Amino acid sequence: MLLIRCPYCGMDRPEIEFRHAGAAHIIRPGPPDRVTDEEWAAFLYLRDNPKGRVAERWRHVHGCGRFFNAVRDTVTDVFVATYKAGEPRPPESAPGASEPTEARP
Amino acid sequence: MADGFTDTPRFRLIEAPPLARFVLRLPAGALTAAGKAYGLALPEAINRGASHGERGKPGARVALHLGPDEWWLIVPEAEGAEVFAALEKALAAHPRSLVEISHRQVGFVLEGEGAADLLNAGCPLDLSEQAFPPGMATRSLFHRIGLMIWRMAPSVFRLEIDRSLAPYFVASMAESARDHS
Ligand SMILES: [Zn+2]
Repeated sequence: MLLIRCPYCGMDRPEIEFRHAGAAHIIRPGPPDRVTDEEWAAFLYLRDNPKGRVAERWRHVHGCGRFFNAVRDTVTDVFVATYKAGEPRPPESAPGASEPTEARP
Repeated sequence: MADGFTDTPRFRLIEAPPLARFVLRLPAGALTAAGKAYGLALPEAINRGASHGERGKPGARVALHLGPDEWWLIVPEAEGAEVFAALEKALAAHPRSLVEISHRQVGFVLEGEGAADLLNAGCPLDLSEQAFPPGMATRSLFHRIGLMIWRMAPSVFRLEIDRSLAPYFVASMAESARDHS
């Protein structure tokens, strides 16, 4: 079973305790009376769908209950990094950074 | 509730007596005040449980740190109102949420040398003593339902299950027990 490190629990925990919650670091445009339909539609619906590393929100729903962020490789399903909500994406998890040594089939 | 569960030499499932339960959410700065009013220091480290006294007996106190700002407090049924009042008074100056959940859940004790094996029939956690030593407490899953697991001793687990899911839990425990014996 895939293990995911919860940054709040500080433990590797089984994947099925977690719930995926969409792309991370999406900034809500505002103030509402000055947001165009195009900006709002982009906020709601337009997402990148990269092959490779992507920053996502995850929730440790069957554990501590917290939302956090994770950088995951969509090709290998390796979790490159997990970090608390509100923290910036760690530089070592950037798309061009070296691959983790952990190998998965 | 535990009717139909087969006791075996390797594990035993016992239903806990009626208890008063609370969810306390509060910032770390209010921990000391809360512990003083409660009569038991709330564990600072996440996923840890603390207790004193005997379950259901006068003065017994349990505190389980299950989320970054979330503790479950479990006390004898008759002492719920007084614990609630004491905490509300002591924490009046702090932002907090104290909610009674006494009847939301049913408590169980699973004990015996095969207890961890039996839990692992439906729970994906690593329950080896290195990864999950006595004192650990966390929410997790058992087959298709959520539950709280607190390891009180190497082969003693205290469990909390949502009331409406308890029959499912007992039935799947019995099923797993048959597979294990
Ligand atoms: Zn967690």
